[in-house]
This record gives sequence, C-alpha cells and structure tokens, in this order.
Amino acid sequence: MMRKTILQIIRKKHRASLLCLALLVPGALCAQVTSERLRRAADEPQNWLTYSGNYSSQRYSPLKQIDPSNVKNLELKWVFQAQSLQKFETTPLVVDGIMYLTQSPNDVVALDAKTGRVFWVYHYATSPDSRPCCGIVNRGVAILGDTLFMATVDAHLVAVDARNGHAIWNNKLADAAAGYAMTMAPLVVKDKVIVGLAGGEYGIRGFIAAYDAHNGKEVWRFNTIPGPGEPGHETWQGEEWKHGGAAVWLTGSYDPDLNLTYWGTGNPGPDYNPGKRPGDNLYSDCVVALDPDTGKLKWFFQFTPNDPHDYDSVQIPVLADMDWNGSPRKLMLWGNRNGFFYVLDRATGKFLTGAPFVKVNWASGLDAKGRPIPTPQPPGAPTFPGIQGGTNWYSPSYSPRTGLFYVSSWEGYSTIFSGVDVDYKEGLRYTGGANTSPIPGADNPAGARQGPVNTYTEALGHGAVMALDPHTGKKKWSFEMHDVNCSGILTTASDLLFAGGREGYFQALDAHTGALLWKVNLGGEIIAGPISYQVDGKQYISIASGNGLFVFAPRDGAN
Amino acid sequence: MANPGETMVAPAQRLKLRGTQSWEQLALCAAVLVLASLWASVGRAQDRAAAYAPADIRYGAQIYAAQCSACHGETGTQIGGVDLGGGALRRAPSDVDLRNVLANGIAGTAMPPFRFDPSELTAIVAYIRNMRTFDARGAAVGDANRGRAWFEGAGGCTSCHRVNGKGPRVAPDLSDIGALRSADFLERTLRDPNGSILPMNRSVRAVTRDGKVINGRRLNEDTYSVQVIDDQEHLLSLDKANLREYTVVTTSTMPSYKDKLSAQEMADLVAYLLTLKGLR
Repeated sequence: MMRKTILQIIRKKHRASLLCLALLVPGALCAQVTSERLRRAADEPQNWLTYSGNYSSQRYSPLKQIDPSNVKNLELKWVFQAQSLQKFETTPLVVDGIMYLTQSPNDVVALDAKTGRVFWVYHYATSPDSRPCCGIVNRGVAILGDTLFMATVDAHLVAVDARNGHAIWNNKLADAAAGYAMTMAPLVVKDKVIVGLAGGEYGIRGFIAAYDAHNGKEVWRFNTIPGPGEPGHETWQGEEWKHGGAAVWLTGSYDPDLNLTYWGTGNPGPDYNPGKRPGDNLYSDCVVALDPDTGKLKWFFQFTPNDPHDYDSVQIPVLADMDWNGSPRKLMLWGNRNGFFYVLDRATGKFLTGAPFVKVNWASGLDAKGRPIPTPQPPGAPTFPGIQGGTNWYSPSYSPRTGLFYVSSWEGYSTIFSGVDVDYKEGLRYTGGANTSPIPGADNPAGARQGPVNTYTEALGHGAVMALDPHTGKKKWSFEMHDVNCSGILTTASDLLFAGGREGYFQALDAHTGALLWKVNLGGEIIAGPISYQVDGKQYISIASGNGLFVFAPRDGAN
Repeated sequence: MANPGETMVAPAQRLKLRGTQSWEQLALCAAVLVLASLWASVGRAQDRAAAYAPADIRYGAQIYAAQCSACHGETGTQIGGVDLGGGALRRAPSDVDLRNVLANGIAGTAMPPFRFDPSELTAIVAYIRNMRTFDARGAAVGDANRGRAWFEGAGGCTSCHRVNGKGPRVAPDLSDIGALRSADFLERTLRDPNGSILPMNRSVRAVTRDGKVINGRRLNEDTYSVQVIDDQEHLLSLDKANLREYTVVTTSTMPSYKDKLSAQEMADLVAYLLTLKGLR
C-alpha cells in the first residue's frame, strides 16, 4: 500500500518524463519542452519552465524536501558570478537539470543546475541606440522545444538553440532609437512567443505581440493604445495617443481552460503630466485579457485612470482558483503599484474586491466597479505611495495551501509629485515631471542605491513582505524590513516563503505566520525572484543578489 | 504648465538684491524662502531644478568671476551670440542641461569641460540664472579666513567636527563638505540642523541585554543590525536581537546658529566651509 502510494507520487511527478521515455526512444529528445509540458508545468516540480514557474504565475513550488524543520540546514552549493555590474534581475529556467539564465546586457548562459558549471554563453551585441529607462537589465528567457527565446534591450526577439547557444532567428520588433526596449522574459503559448514592449518614459505607443516560434514572424499585435476608430480611442484627445506609453515590461500569465492570456500595462505618457492627456488613457495601467491565438481583446480592467503618478500596472497577473462567497471561481489576484490589492474574476474581468495594502492618499478608496475615487494632494504635499509604488514589478506569490497572497511592499513611502510641460521628441524622455522626495536631501525617486549604506534609513519608508487574505485584502501578517524591498517571492508546498530585500539578506519565513526561520547575508541587493527545483533527488533554491546567482540546498547528510 | 503648484519654478522666487538692502532683510527673505520651500525644496539640494538660493547665487558669482568671466565677460555677453543672463539658453534650456554643458563643455566650440564639484555646479547655475537681477556690490561675500577663525575658535565647531585630520570623529568629518554640499544647503543646515541631518547621521542610544550602554552616531542600519561609531570613536556593529533598548534620536546634536550669528558671520562661516574640498 505504502509502496504503491510512493510509486504514484513518483509517476505523478515525472509524468512528462515518463511519457517522453515511452513515446520517444532517443533519450536526447526528452529535453524537448513541448507546449503540453508548459501547460502542465505544475506536474514537473523538479523543473522551473516559465518565468513565473507556470502559467498561473503563483511562484509556488510543490517541492517540500526543504521544510520549516530543516531549512536551517540550507547551505550554499554554488554561485554564478555575472560578468556585468548591471542590476541582476534574472529568473532562471531549469529544464531537466540544465539551468538557463540571462546576464546583462543580453547574454544567455546554460549551466549545470547542480554544480553551476557553465555549458555555453550566448552573447547578443545590443545596439548603441538602445536606451532603456531604468537599467540595462533582462529578467530571463522562455523555452519551447529545444529553443530559448530572449527579448533584448534594443527591442529584438532572439531565438537561441538550447543545446549549443547559437542564434536561430533574430527579429527586430521596434525601433530602439525611439525608446522601445524589452527587459521581460517572453511567454510561450502553444506555438507562439508573446512579448510586450517597454519604453513608457519615451513616449512610445505600447504593444503586445505574438511571434511564430519557428521563424519569429509576427502573428498578431495588440496595441495597448487603441488607434482612431477602435474602442477606447475616445479616452484620448488629439494626437496624444501616439505617444501615450502603456508599455508592457513584465511577463503575462495564461489560463489554458479559458484560452486567455493576461498582461499588465504601464503608465500613460507623459508620466507626471495628466493634464496633457485628458481622459482615462486606455489601456494604460490596465490588465488586458487577450486570445493568445488572435490577440483579440476579451476584456480589460483599468486600475488607475489618467494616472499622474507613474503607477504602472505591469505586475504579474496571479491566477488562483478558490471559493468566492461559497462557489468556486477563477480569480486573478493583483497587488498594484498604486497601493491597492484587487481581486478580479478572470473569465469576465469583473471587479470583486479591493483594498489598500499600504498607506494610500491619492485615492480615498475604490467604487463598486473598482474605479479609484481620486483625492489629489495639494501642491507640495507628499503623495502615498510614492513614485516607486506600494509595490512595483516584484513577483508576488500565492500559496494554494495557505490561501494567502504574498507581496513585497514599500510602506510609509511618498513622493512630492510635480508635473511640468514637456513636448514629445523621438528618442528623448517624455515624462514631464520634477518630482522630489519629502525627505530633505534624499534621492528621488529612491529607486536605486549607490552603495551598501542605507543613507536615508527609516525616513524614506520601509519594505515588507506581506501576506494578504484575498477575501478581505487584510494583512494576515507582515515581515517588516528596515530598508525597502524589491524582491520577488517564492512559496513552497512545505509552507515556506523565500524572499530577499534591498539589504541583501535572503530569508525563509513561515508562510502561515511570517516568522523568520532562516537567513543569510548575500551582500548585494536582491531585485529578482527566487525559484526552486530538484536535481538527482535534491531540492535547490536559487536567488540573484548583487551580481551573483546563489544556489542553496540542504547540507549533505542533514535532515 | 500642468501643475499650478509647481512652487519650485524660479522667477517668482528670485531675489532681487540691491546695494541698499540690509542684511537683516536679506536674512528674513532667506528665512521666508526656506519656509516657503520647506516641502518643495526637498530634492537633493544640488539637484533642485530651479529654486535658487541667495547663498548659492553669491557663491556662484565668485566662481563665475574667477572661472567664466575671462571669456564670457562680467555681464555674460562678451561672446557674440551668447547672452548668459538673457533668459533661455539655446544649448541649456534646463538646469540639468546647463550642468551638463559646464561639466562636459561643448564640442567644436571654445567652451571647455570644467571639473566643478556638485556645490560649485549648483552655485554657477544659480548665478547664471540670476545674473541680471543679482547685484554683486550689495551682496557682501563671506570671508573664509574670518569663518575659519570662528569655526576653530569662538564657534567651538572643532569640539565635535573633524577637518583635515584634526578634531574628533563624533560628528561628521567636514574635510570635503564644501564639495558635497551647496552653499544653500550649508546655510540651511546651520540655521536648522534638524531639518538637514541625514537620517544616517542620527544619534543612537542602545542598551545591550547585559546592560552596556552605547551612545554613538549611526553609520548604517538594516533589519537585523545597526552599525555605529560610538562616543569613544569605536566602530561597533550591534545585533538588534541582543539589544534591550534602541533609540534613534531624530534631532541633531548640533545647535541652531540662526540667532547666534549675524548675516555677515554666517556668510563668513559658509565661505570657509565651501573651501573644504577634500583631497583633489
């Protein structure tokens, strides 16, 4: 009986591999990551097949070898040192023992996930025209079959052979000199590679597009700002829509049953001068639900109409199925940069509930449809949350075991916003702001630290990892940090939560209570999400910190 | 202008300094300016877009006379087609642009790059933007020697501050403060230390679980620990889990010199501090 159960578990965990062995004799072909495997990524807990772990983007690992009782025995197994001093925001993929990560500007590295030894490095030479707003960063690759896909800072999409690191095709998606860039990991759905374009600080017109995985040809394009004659165009006046931003710079999610892919969109442009673009400015600061086969818009929900505060809504759409008022419902959970937490019905886009998770004073609340009730602050007064938001692009997590939504937040943090007039000039910044920090002498927007000293300490606000109850939006617990927090979050089936922070600590918390169970000082800001995977029966946790990727596993012989 | 509350825009706040204007008036004016911009003038002092402070304009006038006037002339019109004081500058519509021109020069012209430090850049920009209304005759500039004498003597500053290897390390070392901080920032700090102290520099008091009391100045802090230089000048890293008590004092230990110094003495002191450029 016992034996049977174990066999069942093994079979379940390795269904894809077993299937692979059964159907295909040449073992080498088993590395092929079919779209079916991507769809069932949750059945392969030993792998990490998409940026957010699987299509639901819960960053929840079913692995549980590392648990609250033994997490203290984690030890460093290996480090990968990036050949770059840029911010290290990569989330690796792990496919059957091989890890694929990216380093700045646009290198793909394949390594042994067990030892860190490198198989190959693919170097992509970026154009000098490239002008990403906020760092020459890349957050990872996508995989289909034997091919990796990377979006580049000069707005190309490149396909790379996963076996030998050679480029297969390279498609220019947009003009880097005009401010278009890409930093996200692409999303593969069926036979298409889907990406969005960044550049919201340069007056671009954003879009999401799908490309044929075999040749890079564009299959469909969804403009995140509707053109003349299209629904939503009436939310713009004059020619402003042409430079209205609504960039897309993080990976979307996908619900195979509904056949909908979900993408968050960025701020309207110019960022801080809403008077220049009267109207709701669709589809900026929205989540859009698209048919992955056609790019057709099924529904949208706008979080921040006519946004004056750069509250990009590019956060990862977290898909969760749970009981809602007594009946099962397909939900989308969203901790927004504007400081509100939202629950939407992901089949229809209907707003179900929302509540602030940090101090908010730009709106007094949300109406019955989820539209904010604006309370603009007087000139010179601080607005909460500040320019970096209540959270930002940091990957949240949802654990189906605890039923809690986990988000990295900035609390007590504000900015004095001040719009100025600005004219669009191609390739130049188009933000229209002269914003400041209310803290005397402090940098605005407090987006980056120039060294290891926390100069502004508690005065600037502080970071936290928060556990929210999706039903109420209320905090179940909050793990408070001294510094702000730009880390992604991972939860596991053993009810552990892993997260870092700007201080460079990497922590394991009890997902039920937020209690600190383990920590290590990695010495570099953590601005990426942790992942978990398993090789040869051993569970690993990896996290990028500073310019290194650090990989931990239980000490041999310890349990 | 999208936002009527953009209080940092300069023209309305530009100070007209006349020869007949008394220093008391000027000081009052400065105080009003400080108050008016209490919330608005809070970006990094050197980066504030266009809130030009009298102290910066004065300092900028000195630098201009020494570094710029040989080519541009006293009135900023000596080079044909260039009128520095005439409002919008073709190559430098914004202050950020002007700083870039000063720092990098203009390729293909006689304008060379200058190695100005941040406080000098702030000052020159402030002066150039106010050339037409600034009257150097009325703005008695500080005397750095007198300022130094007061700093080291009656002022008692060296009982806490260290300069060029002399003095205690209890308060921040000021050896390069004149390069890091603008004239305006220095003056504001002397008038209102609590409003300017960096959170990092705050005093802390900690009591360990075994009763040891530590008083010092904070150097860094994180979730689990705090790094201080204590009043014995020891570098200590304290584990918060081992502290029974931990207090961060949000006020500065430096007194305010707002009512203790005349306008001339204040100018002298700021002039001295601006000479402290560190090792170059």
